[in-house]
Amino acid sequence: MRASLFITCYNDTLYPETGRAVVSLLERLGVQLEFHPKQTCCGQMHANTGFRGEAFSQAKRLVRLYQDTETVVIPSSSCVAMIRDQYPGLIEELGNDQLRREFAALLPRVYELSEFLVDRLGVEDVGAYFPHRVTYHASCHGVRALHLGERPYRLLAKVRGLDLAALPNTDRCCGFGGTFSVKNAEVSSAMLAVKLQDVVSTGAEFCTALDNSCLMHLGGAMHRQYAGMKTIHMAQILASTEAMPAEGFL
Amino acid sequence: MSQAAAIHPVLDPVLAPPFPQAALPVLRNPQLRKNVAHAIDVIQAKRARLVAEKTDWQELRAAASAIRTHALENLGAYLEEFETRCTAAGGTVHWAADADEARRIVLDLLREENASDVIKIKTMTSAEIQLNPHLEAAGVNVFETDLAEIILQLGEEEPSHIVVPALHINRSQVREIFARRMGLKDLSDDPKALTAAARTYLRQKFLSIPTAISGANFLIAETGGVSVVESEGNGRMCLTLPRTMITLAGIEKVLPRFKDLEVMLQVLARSATGERMNPYTSLWTGVTPGDGPQRFHVILLDNGRSSILSKPKQRQTLKCIRCAACMNACPVYRQTGGHAYGSVYPGPIGAILTPQLMEMHHAQSLPFASSLCGACYEVCPVKINIPEVLLELRSQVVNQERKDFGRFVDPMYMGLRIANLLFSRAWLFHTSQLLGRIGLGFFTRKDGWIHSLPSVGSKWTQTRDLRGLPKQTFHGWWAARGPQPSPMPSREAK
Repeated sequence: MRASLFITCYNDTLYPETGRAVVSLLERLGVQLEFHPKQTCCGQMHANTGFRGEAFSQAKRLVRLYQDTETVVIPSSSCVAMIRDQYPGLIEELGNDQLRREFAALLPRVYELSEFLVDRLGVEDVGAYFPHRVTYHASCHGVRALHLGERPYRLLAKVRGLDLAALPNTDRCCGFGGTFSVKNAEVSSAMLAVKLQDVVSTGAEFCTALDNSCLMHLGGAMHRQYAGMKTIHMAQILASTEAMPAEGFL
Repeated sequence: MSQAAAIHPVLDPVLAPPFPQAALPVLRNPQLRKNVAHAIDVIQAKRARLVAEKTDWQELRAAASAIRTHALENLGAYLEEFETRCTAAGGTVHWAADADEARRIVLDLLREENASDVIKIKTMTSAEIQLNPHLEAAGVNVFETDLAEIILQLGEEEPSHIVVPALHINRSQVREIFARRMGLKDLSDDPKALTAAARTYLRQKFLSIPTAISGANFLIAETGGVSVVESEGNGRMCLTLPRTMITLAGIEKVLPRFKDLEVMLQVLARSATGERMNPYTSLWTGVTPGDGPQRFHVILLDNGRSSILSKPKQRQTLKCIRCAACMNACPVYRQTGGHAYGSVYPGPIGAILTPQLMEMHHAQSLPFASSLCGACYEVCPVKINIPEVLLELRSQVVNQERKDFGRFVDPMYMGLRIANLLFSRAWLFHTSQLLGRIGLGFFTRKDGWIHSLPSVGSKWTQTRDLRGLPKQTFHGWWAARGPQPSPMPSREAK
């Protein structure tokens, strides 16, 4: 199977280890990965901050870039949500018939990582080994936009050595919200404090998620507060094996 | 000014400070935050339980949404039908284009009645037009009869929620307000004692004041009837004892048919208070000789609503039935309570409704007072896609900024404009990553983390660290890796 990796702008810049883990994981599962060198951003930051005109150009660019790919895999639930929930409106508004057709053809081929593993590849046991206590932050877009449901839990349940700790109030936002975290920094921090309390209460060593944006927020507070926990993208847990433990990526 | 305004919250969107500023005193107030979080956690849990027992909840939501959408799409016709039926049943219908006109109609009606006192059923619409202070200024004594509204009125507080307006006040604070204002030094904070004190205070008002003002949960076009739902029965007293009833209702409150209540009352009670049915559902049509108020007026208030209705992307805002499920589910509201929104309509629905009622001239910070987590949309019983409307309003605010010279010194605005350019070409994006790494390198400590940033970055680092940018981007790593052989299962052992 072939798949094209859309790494997302912030993973490319801030969390390349997540991308390397996705490559390691998917190639291990027999996927032939491609990487479009011209990719940049899906436009989520612009769309969510009210820069609709700018979001138009990102959306147009992404649809054109991936029109010939068999499948697109994205290790970020909020970027997938951007494409699924916001692109239809943006593209409708642009009123370009060809673009509309290209997007309609592309949309069913866009997968978030856990969707790609469970729905497309049909695997839950990816052969991972991660001997740590881990809690899973479901993330707003994962829960309410993509309806990932049990997929992430089923993937984690099959990781050998992993001790999954249930996170209280798991569907509650961590307070990141993109530019919300700086436009409303104090309220965002108050939300973060409440979320971090729940995360720390699990006694886990790692908090994982399918979105590095929430993890950047949580991880930033953990580091500031010497919370004794780390964040790790789920791709890195799933890529981790006895021979090549996740720590090697950090 | 802003600090004083924030301590004594101004629920006037024209005067209120921006949301981030207005939220600060609340964030520093542990008692208030505890009261708000406790109250909404209780309501949320009750709602979740009662929604879960309805196996057809999603169908009910869809039905409620369809009823409201249909009503709005044919609003003019249904309002006229309501007017005809209500008038035929002995009521008088008035049309108010704005707050000023509505207040003038109320005052004229009160003068006709020679009313120096008036009792009120809880109505957020009257708070929207700031009716109480205007009536007081005109020499009319206003007495709220809803328990929460009494607490607010006697305590000189502002509402912080549309269903439970005093949820930010706990019972020991209620005791203090009642003891002080009712002269009851020995009052205990036992809820029974508090309600008994309110009952004594109210009974005398009910029996002596012949004029009442209400809001409306629903107007029924088919019958010309009005419905008010409540929990305490004080509303029922106001609806039956007085001689004259004045009902103030937003024009969007109309339902086409009587049978629509079957759906709406189910979703409203479960969403609002986590009850299968609300304790008191009052329905009345015009006047009935020998039974209830003999003079009945309905004021249909526009106050910005037609303008919302005319905008297809925003119209869904008016589907709202004021259940407050969105604010109870909102993680932002849970931290800030209602006052920070500077409007009688707080929470997610307030964040979209208030700026629209202000025709986008005020309250422009409110569309940004959301992390877009989507919890509001998930619980909304009439399926208002609040995040979608938030985004539409955000883009309108940004479009205003595009014409404002201040944009050139706004780092957020300029940053996003530049980012757009950088994302348009891969080589520009890659160059900016390199420059960004060099720039941020000056702020990165030996532990590899950034603890402090200037300008807009300080908004992040005031409570959070940021990991320094890694030496190699992902695309850099991919390019350096070069072409790979077709993947074989044995690769994992390499």
